[in-house]
Amino acid sequence: MIPGVSIYEILTVTSILFFIGVYGFITRTNLISILISVELILNASVVNFVIINKYLFPEALQGVYFSIFIIAVAAAETALAVSIIINLYRQISSVEVKEIETMKY
Amino acid sequence: MEKIIFYCLAAVIIAFGIASVTSRKMLRSVIYLSFVLISIAGIFFLIDYNFLAAIQLTVYAGGIVVLIIFSVLLVHHIEMELEMAKASKKIVTAIACLIGLGVFLTAIYSYDFNVINNSLTTTTAEIGAGLLSYTAGGFILPFEVISVLLLAAMIGAIVIAKGKKLTENNNQSQ
Amino acid sequence: MNLNLVILIPLIPLLVFLVLGLFYKKIKPAVSGYMGVLGLLFSTGLALYTAYRYFIVIGKTEGVYQTIVEKTVWMNFTDSLRIDMGILLDPIAVMMLIVVSVISLMVHIYSRGYMKGDPGYTKYFAFLSLFTFSMYGLVLATNLFQIYIFWELVGVSSYLLIGYYYTKESAVAAAKKAFVVTRFADLGFLIGILIIGYYTGTYDFETLNNPEGNSILNWAATSFMGLSALTWALILIFIGGAGKSAMFPLHIWLPDAMEGPTPVSALIHAATMVVAGVYLVARLFPMYYFIEDGFALNIVAFIGAFTALFAAVIAITQTDIKRVLAFSTMSQLGYMMLALGVSGYDGHDGLGFMSSMFHLFTHAMFKALLFLCAGSVIHAIHSNFLEDMGGLRKYMPITNITFLIAALAIAGVPPLAGFWSKDEILVAAFEHSLFLYVIGLFVAGLTAFYIFRIYFGIFWGKEGNYKEKPHESPGSMTAPLLILALLSIFGGFIPFSEFISPDKAGFETHLNLPLAAVAVFAGLLGIVLSWIFYKKESELADKFAKRFGSFYTWAYHKFYFDELYLFVTKRILFNGIARGAAKFDKKYVDGTMVGIGNQTVNTSEKIKGIQSGKVQDYAFAFIAGAVVLAIICIYLWLN
Repeated sequence: MIPGVSIYEILTVTSILFFIGVYGFITRTNLISILISVELILNASVVNFVIINKYLFPEALQGVYFSIFIIAVAAAETALAVSIIINLYRQISSVEVKEIETMKY
Repeated sequence: MEKIIFYCLAAVIIAFGIASVTSRKMLRSVIYLSFVLISIAGIFFLIDYNFLAAIQLTVYAGGIVVLIIFSVLLVHHIEMELEMAKASKKIVTAIACLIGLGVFLTAIYSYDFNVINNSLTTTTAEIGAGLLSYTAGGFILPFEVISVLLLAAMIGAIVIAKGKKLTENNNQSQ
Repeated sequence: MNLNLVILIPLIPLLVFLVLGLFYKKIKPAVSGYMGVLGLLFSTGLALYTAYRYFIVIGKTEGVYQTIVEKTVWMNFTDSLRIDMGILLDPIAVMMLIVVSVISLMVHIYSRGYMKGDPGYTKYFAFLSLFTFSMYGLVLATNLFQIYIFWELVGVSSYLLIGYYYTKESAVAAAKKAFVVTRFADLGFLIGILIIGYYTGTYDFETLNNPEGNSILNWAATSFMGLSALTWALILIFIGGAGKSAMFPLHIWLPDAMEGPTPVSALIHAATMVVAGVYLVARLFPMYYFIEDGFALNIVAFIGAFTALFAAVIAITQTDIKRVLAFSTMSQLGYMMLALGVSGYDGHDGLGFMSSMFHLFTHAMFKALLFLCAGSVIHAIHSNFLEDMGGLRKYMPITNITFLIAALAIAGVPPLAGFWSKDEILVAAFEHSLFLYVIGLFVAGLTAFYIFRIYFGIFWGKEGNYKEKPHESPGSMTAPLLILALLSIFGGFIPFSEFISPDKAGFETHLNLPLAAVAVFAGLLGIVLSWIFYKKESELADKFAKRFGSFYTWAYHKFYFDELYLFVTKRILFNGIARGAAKFDKKYVDGTMVGIGNQTVNTSEKIKGIQSGKVQDYAFAFIAGAVVLAIICIYLWLN
């Protein structure tokens, strides 16, 4: 644990980071910006896991392991998202969210 | 002392996070993201999870940010200004996020966490042993599954991003 | 007595109808004609055999003809209230069987010649067979509901046959008019049936007509507005009968029904369907006589007498020979109703009843003959109107003679059939009320006058302009004429009173010489007057018509009743009520429905934005939903 810092403050920080990511996801018009926002959300959850592990269950290490896996999955997912974005860019020459509303009413 | 470091890191995270999602230039947004990621690695160092911090720096700040920069370079004019959403949408989203934040904080602050104060350091050996152990509480299976997942992601990314030109070349050459 | 043969009588025409109706495209016209005639020949044979067995072989038991009934339960409401289907044989039923069979057979044979070359030949014979089947069913009915069912069937057959020339607008309108007017009258019929069923607990004729039975003895038990409920029921039933028998004021359909082919007019509108009303009153005669001391019967008599007079006056002025015959039918039906109305019950008092049935029998013969002769004339000249005819006796001798015989019969000249039956009616009327007797006598004179008017107009006088020389009708058409003429001559000698009477016991009749002489004198006076007016071409008739002035015009236009009814229906019902109702329906009811549809579309336009196709909107909804759920869970957790 970090001496002098209670768990509540850290959890507050991660919550704020999570919602910054959500705000960015809903507000941004560029696909890559949306990807960046998703990274923020994932990171917030990683920190959450680690902090709870350290503060509440110091002997166990499941939080760490889980965070490793989250990071690995995030990496894979980002790679695939980028490949999709590139394919889409080839089709419609744009990465704006406005251009991909084909599934509307 | 650690308290001050923590507060600086927290301030950096939040400030650069907001900057990342509101920036009008693509590359700056990516760089702000990398700052956020490095600060998070700093938090990990503060709580003595050195291995995890290293992974964070290597995979996230090193790999993912580079990947995103490559994609930005492939699809963008870098000096182009990004469009922002309508003001109404921003306000509504902001309000929704604030409400959500309020819910989270209410939940967090109402709960009594029984915190165990300690200063254990975890070594990399311990993490490694846990990841590869067969006993109950071991993570060997997710470890192998993750490797398969990464293989699948690699193949998938190649197939999706391959495009027509490569297949045409293959067909012509045959 | 074995009723198996009797049930074959209606079933054979039904079978012919089904075969002709289902296979009408594949059957050649000549074959269908033969099938119709053959089927009816069987039915006629069976009917005559049944009459022979009923009247002669079995005869009277304890001095009374027995009512033979066989029935099965068809619909069960409660133990006492049910509708049966079955066969009822009593003297008038057997008599009607003979009438329907003979006339229908004659019409079938005649139609083979008359309708030759018509495109709908097979359809025509199918309809004729359907009608015959319905009429048999009506005659053999055992209870009120069964008679009602066949009543409606007869109405439908009549509609189909009147509207046979369906491309002619006037024929279609006439068919509709006939059906609607009789349907309207049947409303009264149905209400009457229901009242009787409710108050007496049964629909069955045997139970209802029993003079010592509960239905008749307890008539005073229920009262409604001063009269017994059963009296009201009988009046309503009479309204139904009045519709079918073209009594005033429901008579408007009968003249227009002449749009159908002439054999149809002969069968339906002279001899069989229109007498269904008379038959109904005769069938329920014990009820009519005993309940409230014959109150309903008085109404029957007066309406009958009025109709007879009314129709005879109009008949004098008409120029379409079929219309004259239609009004003549109406007048004679009035006679039959009058006779029923003045009748008593026991023994000799039942003279009215007997003479009514007798007149039904003989009238069927000579009226059908008159219609068939008219058809023969129309077939030769292709026109219905008196102005186009004249001097036909040279060209159509057989038609001439048979028409003359029928005219003499209807005028009441002895010893032809009409004299015997009409004389009995006048005697019965004389014994009951002098007023009705005088009306009856006057109508007898008018009858002779108008029938000889058209006789002389067709066969004597100046020759009409014929484009081609008219020729006598073929054998298939003249054979029925001759047979019916024979029946008209000799039919009056049947000792009817031995067979038909209200108490089914039979009685003896004697010729009342003074009254008979007066009646014959009235008839001969009519004949002489029409000889003076019409035999040779003269101005006398027109001068007389002008003398009567506006009364003549009124009579010529049938007293404007058609216009009155049209006014009521068109102006009051259609424009007044129906138009307003239609507007309300279109504006509010339809408007509501369309409005609901429009509202749905509007709402969907507004909410279709939810499916915007934008991922961010979906994510927003997702997050918002999750937050709401979190709020609920945390709230529950904290409390």
